[in-house]
Amino acid sequence: MIATSVRFELNAFWGFIERQKNLYRRYWAWEAVWLLYNLVSVLSIGYLASGLSSLGLQQSASGLQQAQLYLLVGALLWTYLSMVFFEVAFAVTWERWEGTIEYTFMAPIRRLTHLLGICAASLIYGIARAAIIGLSLVLLFKLDLSHANYLAALAIFAASTVPLLGLGIFTSVLPLLSPEKGDQLAFAVQGVLLLISGVYYPITVLPLPLHLAGILSPLTYTLAGVRQALLHGQSLSGSLPDIGILLLMGAILVPASVWTFSRAEIRAKRLGLLKRSG
Amino acid sequence: MAIQASEVNTRAVEVLDLSKRFGRTGRSRLPWRKAKSARQALDRVSLQVDRAGITGILGANGSGKSTLIRILATLLTPDAGSAAVFGYDVVTEAAAVRRHINRVSVEASFFKEMSPWENMLYAARLYGSGGEGTRARVEATLERLGLPLDTLDRPMKQLSRGQQQKVAIARSFLTSPSLLLMDEPTTGLDPRSKREVQELVTSIRRDRAATVLLCTHDLQEAEVLCDRVIVIDRGRVLAEGTPAELINRHAGADGATLEDAFMRLTGKRLLEDEEEKDE
Repeated sequence: MIATSVRFELNAFWGFIERQKNLYRRYWAWEAVWLLYNLVSVLSIGYLASGLSSLGLQQSASGLQQAQLYLLVGALLWTYLSMVFFEVAFAVTWERWEGTIEYTFMAPIRRLTHLLGICAASLIYGIARAAIIGLSLVLLFKLDLSHANYLAALAIFAASTVPLLGLGIFTSVLPLLSPEKGDQLAFAVQGVLLLISGVYYPITVLPLPLHLAGILSPLTYTLAGVRQALLHGQSLSGSLPDIGILLLMGAILVPASVWTFSRAEIRAKRLGLLKRSG
Repeated sequence: MAIQASEVNTRAVEVLDLSKRFGRTGRSRLPWRKAKSARQALDRVSLQVDRAGITGILGANGSGKSTLIRILATLLTPDAGSAAVFGYDVVTEAAAVRRHINRVSVEASFFKEMSPWENMLYAARLYGSGGEGTRARVEATLERLGLPLDTLDRPMKQLSRGQQQKVAIARSFLTSPSLLLMDEPTTGLDPRSKREVQELVTSIRRDRAATVLLCTHDLQEAEVLCDRVIVIDRGRVLAEGTPAELINRHAGADGATLEDAFMRLTGKRLLEDEEEKDE
């Protein structure tokens, strides 16, 4: 009985990954545009760093390379993190746009399966896109990664996935609560994360309230940890505090976000919001 | 999904004193927000639907038909009363209800850029299949519904509305529901597509064990397709019976139609009611 039930849910879980793959393929022109947009954004940051010396703002060549790597790691990670966040956060909105929200929400599956399926598809797609951009950076810039500890960077990157998905699920609740304004709020959340998480600067430069908010953002620890590993060769054991914080945040955020989503779904059913027109 | 032994003696649908109201009366809790006027969509509705056959829910726009269907589909929770599908409560046993139902709505719910095959594969996965043999089953179903197989891999948006509605019905067949909820499946279709979809509905009665609950405001359609009709107006059940019984009981005269019976029951024609709503 349990085995049948698990098989049923796994089949549906795969169904969401398969569906997303088909959607990415069918919307290939848009996906190509977004990829180009992300690539251009990251390259702009890289060339901005290159241009610092001509502006007389950077003294030594090694300092320039460090600054460039610092900014590029931030830009590349933000591209990945924001894309995964967007895909998960807009899970409900997307279904509403397509007009399939009712069909998906009346399917005989657990909501957790639905959400995890979307998360898994987003992670796979996000990694693929970030890999293409990362490869382009390696080819176009002379990056000094001689000190990099890839294992530690990968471990932090993997640990960051858990709280990131929690944040995404939390944000996906917004369009469920308010079909009219939820989408806009989700974009606002993404913007605030960019500001407070130290994507292009250490969060210590922020005013106190924003600095405190940055301490609460899991993206802060992801960016700081990966930078330490890639720029300064921080060991895996040295990265454990960041990994621990990320896993702890994930352990809180994921169950809390799934619970919040289920409460929001109950409310949406009470108010009649579970429909395409809102 | 197959009916289990414990479900055999239960009715397909049992609704008791079901009420649903949208909006809030009085002032909004937020001072800057205007209070929406409240609307009683269902007002202590009670009805029963036996297994097999086609039961029509007949009413004008805004009569509460779709609200009833959405509650049975577990997409909406009632304010009061209860509703059960094959003995399972739609609120407390929603998961069990979902295993037995599927829904074809007035607008086909599809990912428009994806093909019929991709949409149907997605549906199959949600309902526990999708492995080997699914493609063959889908092709056989579409062929039976008269859809050319070259439409199978074209984006849904390139199909006509009639074709899309046929794919929606094919998709519901794929999941073998015990109760099929059809919410105005022919609304907005051209006469030819409408007739084809109606023939499909008739074939469900002929070929399958599924119970069909068909919401419509098309009186002729109800008269031709339905074994039993429930007339609903302003959220209340006004009458129920076979089309012939309703005509005899409420229209009387020789040559009377279901429309005559409906007019007598509601005090107006469906068309007038829709015009009122549009205004």
